[in-house]
Amino acid sequence: MSREQEYVLRTVEERGVRLIRLWFTDVLGQLKSVAISPAELEAVFDEGVQFDGTAIDGFSRVHESDVLARPDATTFELLPWAKADEPSGRMFCNIENLDGTAFEGDPRQILQRNLQIARGHGYTFFAAPEVEFFYFESGDPANGRPIPLDRASYFDLTTSDVSSDLRKTTIHMLEAMGIPVEYSFHEDSPSQHEIDLRYTEALDMADNIMTLRLVVKKIAMDRGCYATFMPKPLNGVQGSGMHTHLSLFEGENNVFHDPDDEYGLSVTGRQFTAGVLHHAREITAVTNQLVNSYKRFAEKSEAPPFVAWARNNRSALVRVPVRKVGKPESARIEYRGLDGATNPYLAFSLMLAAGLRGITEGYDLPAEINVNLFEMNDHQRGEIGIEPLPRSLDEALDIMEESKLARETLGEHVFEWFLRNKRTEWAEFQAQVTPFELDRYLSAW
Amino acid sequence: MDPLLVFPSPAPPELAQALDLGGWMWKAAANLDQARSEQPPDGWVGALIVAGTEPDDAFRLCRSIRSGDVHVGSVLLLIGGGRLASLDFREDLFDDFCLYPFHPVELEARLKHLFRRTGQAERAEIIEYGPLGMNLETYQAAIDGKPLDLTYMEYELLRFLAQHPGKVFTRETLLSRVWGYDYFGGARTVDVHVRRLRSKLGEEHANLIQTVRSVGYSFGTSRWV
Repeated sequence: MSREQEYVLRTVEERGVRLIRLWFTDVLGQLKSVAISPAELEAVFDEGVQFDGTAIDGFSRVHESDVLARPDATTFELLPWAKADEPSGRMFCNIENLDGTAFEGDPRQILQRNLQIARGHGYTFFAAPEVEFFYFESGDPANGRPIPLDRASYFDLTTSDVSSDLRKTTIHMLEAMGIPVEYSFHEDSPSQHEIDLRYTEALDMADNIMTLRLVVKKIAMDRGCYATFMPKPLNGVQGSGMHTHLSLFEGENNVFHDPDDEYGLSVTGRQFTAGVLHHAREITAVTNQLVNSYKRFAEKSEAPPFVAWARNNRSALVRVPVRKVGKPESARIEYRGLDGATNPYLAFSLMLAAGLRGITEGYDLPAEINVNLFEMNDHQRGEIGIEPLPRSLDEALDIMEESKLARETLGEHVFEWFLRNKRTEWAEFQAQVTPFELDRYLSAW
Repeated sequence: MDPLLVFPSPAPPELAQALDLGGWMWKAAANLDQARSEQPPDGWVGALIVAGTEPDDAFRLCRSIRSGDVHVGSVLLLIGGGRLASLDFREDLFDDFCLYPFHPVELEARLKHLFRRTGQAERAEIIEYGPLGMNLETYQAAIDGKPLDLTYMEYELLRFLAQHPGKVFTRETLLSRVWGYDYFGGARTVDVHVRRLRSKLGEEHANLIQTVRSVGYSFGTSRWV
């Protein structure tokens, strides 16, 4: 028994914890949970919890259906929303095969494996996401268009409105769970909010994002409304993204930092950025995994669909933030493609792998693009060497299927399963007659 | 919870880490003068003396202890396997000895044995500092009696800091003492955890942990001033 496990056992006993939730994530990025009683905990630390994975997205295999969930004691947190007389806690789990090897369909271990590769180069990988989401009166689309809770806009300070109150409660709860929030504010669209998390190592951050999604939804539900990370729930206003700031550290030093460079970026930083850009099209099916994700890109706002970088250009996929003088540790790049419906473990794995490829292969960083790419046509963009991101899930899957990097990073099992699952999703979408078509064509033809 | 005396100063890192992880209070001294000037009001509970590359200095200090130049309860001598012969006719200088390099579990067992047997078990089981209380036996921490929900690493970091109020630690020191030497990952990890701890301490008490610009962190203020 490790010290960490001993600590959890003791805390469970001292605090009278009644229920322990073991969390893990399926391949599509949905949080799953199995609850155990405190009496089982010691045995679970020793042996894990065996369950049938067949019904979990991405967990089914031909030969074997059972897997083991092994809780990571370092992630034990008491749930701040549990009733005072029924304290409960949670731990994230790694999923193993019955023989104790890592289960190839476990996204958390895919990220751990990729972080281990980065360690081999001496790097730790940090991430800080800006998570956007909407509050609506209900999550039931049967009532037609979802109804926002307010009509406010970017940075508006609204008095006594429900959604600002929800956001405040959410932040308190996140802080209580050791998830520090850097900023939060009302976003551009009605009832759209943003919570920016303070940077941490990528594995913790992926766990934090899973926790954040649950907390945001839970608090909304407690107040009788609904929160969603769906990338584009409303026509005509911007959708929800998850711009993510990335940096690499070698010990104490931020390896992206170079004070003498025009952009403040070291050679390593340039190569990492070049890698992310070079492979951006190949990883988009995962960073933007829904049919709906591509409608966010169509809004021409904070969702830049062009493979380019700049310091200040809303139409470029990667931003290199201009930094305050004397803050070398804050050197980073911001990947603006991601949306909040991604699986953070897989998305972080792919962004890291793309960046590392740039470093190991010594990619050259293309020139900064300072023109508004939204105002150019494909031909004009092509002339300055700017490619668009895939325009649909279908196209993204075609490009991913050819990607050696995506296959290696995700592993054969997840790579194949993901493509198969998403091809089906696309085929089902294609078979749907949408309100757009009925409005436009029924009366005309 | 008076501290143990450790010789030499600075203490060997692996010894410092083992003592910290075991929750022992200790202070290192480089020589007899320092051991005397830093002596707590009731004398030292005990001493850990490493007879390393300069065993003569170590034996000299042991002899001064035995002759009462500085008041020390029990003496645990740490000595390399190759130097065991030098213990002949020096049995009176120490109460127990432990091979050096030591196995952390053995060291812990000998410390417990030595200081319990001599009736001077002075292990710090409770830390109290202002509104903060920590029970090291049960791994629980509370602010104004209200329990804090900490992860293991948050708890270990807070314990380490609270055991050394007023002392400023660099990120590297915290990383090596709290996370251990085999931890991979930069000193940024310390910032991340300090920030997490502060958010759990709450706005009112977040300043228990102070950032010392371009150095590191400290907890509260020293009891020794």
